[in-house]
Amino acid sequence: MVNKGTPLVELKDISISFGGIKAVDHVSVDLYPGEVVGLLGHNGAGKSTLIKCLSGAYRADSGEVWINGEKVEISNPRDARSHNIETIYQTLALADNLDAASNLFLGRELVGPGGFLDDAAMEAETRKIMGRLNPNFRKFNVPVSALSGGQRQSVAIARAVYFNAKILIMDEPTAALSHKEIHELYDLVEKLKAQGKAILFISHKFDEIFRIADRWTVFRDGQFIGTGQMADVTEAALVQMMVGRAVDQIYPKRPARIGRPVLTVSGYGHPTEFEDIGFTLHQGEILGFYGLVGAGRSEVMQALFGITRPSKGACRVGDEIRVIRTTAQAVEAGIVYVPEDRGKQGAVKGLPIFQNVTLPSLARTSRAGFLRLAEEFKLAREYTQRLDLRAASLDQDVGLLSGGNQQKVVIAKWLATKPRVIILDEPTKGIDIGSKAAVHDFMSELAAEGLAVIMVSSEIPEVLGMSDRVIVMREGRIAAEFAGAAMTPENLVRAAVGITGEAA
Amino acid sequence: MTQAAPPMTGRQIPDRLVSPAKRALRSWEALLLLVGVAIFVANSFASPYFLDPWNLSDASFNFTEKALIAFAMAMLIIAGEIDLSVASIIALASTVMGAAMVAGLPVPALVALGLLTGLACGAFNGLLVAGFGLPSIVVTIGTMSLFRGISYILLGDGAFTGYPEGLAWFGQGYVWWVFSFELVLFAVMAVVFGLLLHRTNFGRMVYAIGNNATAARFSGIRVDRVRFILFLLTGLTSGIAAVCLTSRLGSTRPSIATGWELEVVTMVVLGGVSILGGSGSIPGVVIAALVMGLVTFGLGLLNVPGIVMSIIIGALLIGVIALPRLWKMVRK
Repeated sequence: MVNKGTPLVELKDISISFGGIKAVDHVSVDLYPGEVVGLLGHNGAGKSTLIKCLSGAYRADSGEVWINGEKVEISNPRDARSHNIETIYQTLALADNLDAASNLFLGRELVGPGGFLDDAAMEAETRKIMGRLNPNFRKFNVPVSALSGGQRQSVAIARAVYFNAKILIMDEPTAALSHKEIHELYDLVEKLKAQGKAILFISHKFDEIFRIADRWTVFRDGQFIGTGQMADVTEAALVQMMVGRAVDQIYPKRPARIGRPVLTVSGYGHPTEFEDIGFTLHQGEILGFYGLVGAGRSEVMQALFGITRPSKGACRVGDEIRVIRTTAQAVEAGIVYVPEDRGKQGAVKGLPIFQNVTLPSLARTSRAGFLRLAEEFKLAREYTQRLDLRAASLDQDVGLLSGGNQQKVVIAKWLATKPRVIILDEPTKGIDIGSKAAVHDFMSELAAEGLAVIMVSSEIPEVLGMSDRVIVMREGRIAAEFAGAAMTPENLVRAAVGITGEAA
Repeated sequence: MTQAAPPMTGRQIPDRLVSPAKRALRSWEALLLLVGVAIFVANSFASPYFLDPWNLSDASFNFTEKALIAFAMAMLIIAGEIDLSVASIIALASTVMGAAMVAGLPVPALVALGLLTGLACGAFNGLLVAGFGLPSIVVTIGTMSLFRGISYILLGDGAFTGYPEGLAWFGQGYVWWVFSFELVLFAVMAVVFGLLLHRTNFGRMVYAIGNNATAARFSGIRVDRVRFILFLLTGLTSGIAAVCLTSRLGSTRPSIATGWELEVVTMVVLGGVSILGGSGSIPGVVIAALVMGLVTFGLGLLNVPGIVMSIIIGALLIGVIALPRLWKMVRK
């Protein structure tokens, strides 16, 4: 494919930041009619942020958007539609309780005389367009929640095509599709391409990109790395660009003496989330869990912590087989979990700091079921001080603290239970640099004291910098395990996206 | 695993910046107490009969039974749930007591059956909410019809009357001087629930669940078990109220205690318990019960009809809730 004439879309020098952190940093992308551009990049590379700027969900802090050679303003989804831009999100944003026709015309309903909805006309139009795109589609009068992932996808695509979208953005469109449906999607993309539509295709799966994209564009850490024709590139070269050069950040990982096994998981499975998970965790060890978002890492951890119940498998803590069905049983077994979603699952906002810290330790601070506040303050002070918490008083509502300090309260809460295994799920996500360093430092200290640590992280430098050993998960399974010299960014990424064979 | 003694390197964080006493002075409960005192003073000027100890003692009957339920309801609402079936539990428990009386059972058995019926109803609600994860407002609207419906089936238009003398003491007896059994029970239960909510691990868990049930579960708390126990408590207190009310009235009709659920909830909310859960106190509910009792009694002395009284109670509720917010808005 040769790029000729005016690009249909040009994003020029776009920057977007959230709270001082640059998610997209002076990035430029262009897109010509009749071509598919594959956007590649790691978790947090800025792909989704960038396309949200094109679909009107975010506004760029600086930079310009040009459509058909004219500079335009896209400040909301309506603007995006008026420029014939349609986005098909990975989560398939459809109104679940409405049928295909109502979804197709959502917000742009056909109206008959008298201002009433013309349901018959809408259904007829829907049947017409679906007949062209997906002749097998039959479920016109049922809520879309009853449709399969592929069927929902075709409704979303039909919506884009019906309203004459010229630019289609597909954000991991195959995430919810079966194997057969993925091939139907490829055919559909070919059809759209032949009609002269321009398609931005985001995917983590290399085979998909090589199958349907004409051109590639790689981002890393919010920055544009490169672009070129698919025909001229190899998988190895793309991986190299995605991970960049060696880790140059300093991590305070101290060598720890790896001791006896503390936690042994074997054959853990869950009907929908994960399968065949087995690993052993030792005293003093930091075990990293790496993978793409949605690889099932958090789900495994929550099963170990008694939030979800595994359907099969066994878990041994120390020398005892433990059946963990509730969080209380997990805490009893000495397994604690610092969740990724601090706001909902971590701190109990509305309760003071000291009560948050003592919540799982009440049995120890109380006598005969009656609270002893002096004991609670003592325990809370001991552990919050150790984590260098910044707060006005221990009686302060935990909701008033910064994200990093809330995280410290949650960690203090668990350390106060004197656990054997601490699981940290994305422990530094969204917290400031200073708190981040404090958390890393502290993890290292804990491991050195003989605690067994599991760290789930999507940040390669963090995983490589802090872990003694790394397990990579992909699509609910353990894809690979690396230790020592094999712990390289390339190996992690290849295992996470599912490229087999040796690194180049 | 034992960890080395933590080094005391971090900065000292004080336990508290505001002393509990100072905090209490600025609290909702303090404001409500002022309102209560004002109503008391106004009443004593409005009617010469108000300050008579026996009259005041008589008046206490119009809130003691509801307040017993309100204590348990306060804990349930703080935990983010609600039980609208409490009045219907009274009806069913009273009906069971009546049936047992007809069957010739002695007084202790009647009391035990009344309490057990309350517990069973609470367990049923608790099972549906905590066991099956159904929303409590829907479940208890359902059981509100269900429990009273059973009473109607058993009794129809009829009534159980002629309870034995021995039962009368619970609703009509006096422990000492003007202090009725019900008034003493109210005081004892206020202390028991006050301790349970404010001084035990269980009470702390109730607050944690009400503020963030997910995070409470992620902190190793058995959330569903706490919820189940709370439903048992509203069931049990409804059973106790049923014994007292049946004894006081000396009869059971299926329409007994109609509409009490809303008065109980009113009492709880007036007492400063957030209807969204997470905050409130038992002292607040005690004061609210007294305020509602005083208003009803004072207006009764002035021969204000019942309909008007419920209008005034409603206005009081909205007024007391809205005033602090309005005050904040005006100051901004």
